[in-house]
Amino acid sequence: MIEPAFRPRVTLSWRQRAVRGARPALHDQPTLTPVPGADESELVARLCAGDELAFAELVERYHPSMVRVASAFTPNRSVAEEAVQDAWIGVIRGVCRFEGRSSLKTWIFRILVNRAKTAGTREPRTVELGTGDDLGGDRFSAGGAWADPPVPWTDEVVDRIVAPEVAALVREAIAQLPDLQRQVVTLRDVEGLSSADVREMLDLSEGNQRVLLHRGRTRVRAALEKAMREKG
Amino acid sequence: MMRLFTAWRHDLVCRDAVALMTDYLEDALSRSNRARLERHLAQCDGCDEYLRQMRETIRLLGRIEPDDLSLEARDEIVALFLRYREETGEDG
Repeated sequence: MIEPAFRPRVTLSWRQRAVRGARPALHDQPTLTPVPGADESELVARLCAGDELAFAELVERYHPSMVRVASAFTPNRSVAEEAVQDAWIGVIRGVCRFEGRSSLKTWIFRILVNRAKTAGTREPRTVELGTGDDLGGDRFSAGGAWADPPVPWTDEVVDRIVAPEVAALVREAIAQLPDLQRQVVTLRDVEGLSSADVREMLDLSEGNQRVLLHRGRTRVRAALEKAMREKG
Repeated sequence: MMRLFTAWRHDLVCRDAVALMTDYLEDALSRSNRARLERHLAQCDGCDEYLRQMRETIRLLGRIEPDDLSLEARDEIVALFLRYREETGEDG
């Protein structure tokens, strides 16, 4: 994953893709523009033509991530899998109309998130931004300086906790997040979708999405810190 | 004008610096707030470390592998595709 500070401006690339998609056909300009989805137009054509192997390839590429994304919307595994299956039906039906305005992955995930939103908790969704900084007030002095500064651990992640253990820890921390934080963190940081795409999928303002992302990341970081401290 | 001036002059406290870090990483800070945060980071080991940990957290989030796809699950989805293909005719 690209270092966030150096991540290319997501909104720009999103707009660029939108502009590109507005052109007559993606595959009319095969070599001039290194479009991320350029190799996808061939795949889309095969899918549209009913190519079973192409579809199996697509399922292998995206299904595992789709289950993970759907699981961010419902704690019930079978409900999540059902939403993914619904999404695949939407993909099968709609692939001939896919115009390359976004990447294929984004298009598929958009369909999925729509299904998952309805399949997940049917309670009315409120934008629970959460309160506080999730750091605990006692980390700072009254003046706002560190009272209990973060102890370095990033260099030791690999040494002190073996990778599968870290993965399990991070997964658990994600599962513990409030719904919207979990959805934003999953789509942005785990799946690597752009801020613009995630805002649109979840119907969030730019500011709210950033707040949710911040709170979610803060909690995951805190879970990692806690584990590192307990370790030694 | 005076307020702008003092806001620019005023140094961040750690609590505020920490609250700005996602905005910073998302490149969503105004130029002046960005400069204030960077000035703070340059002088504050705690916040510099905190930012490093946020970056590491994001890196780790991006590295989690999803569960493996079972053959049954794959075949089930592919079967949906084949059924649709049959219903609509091979030419789509």
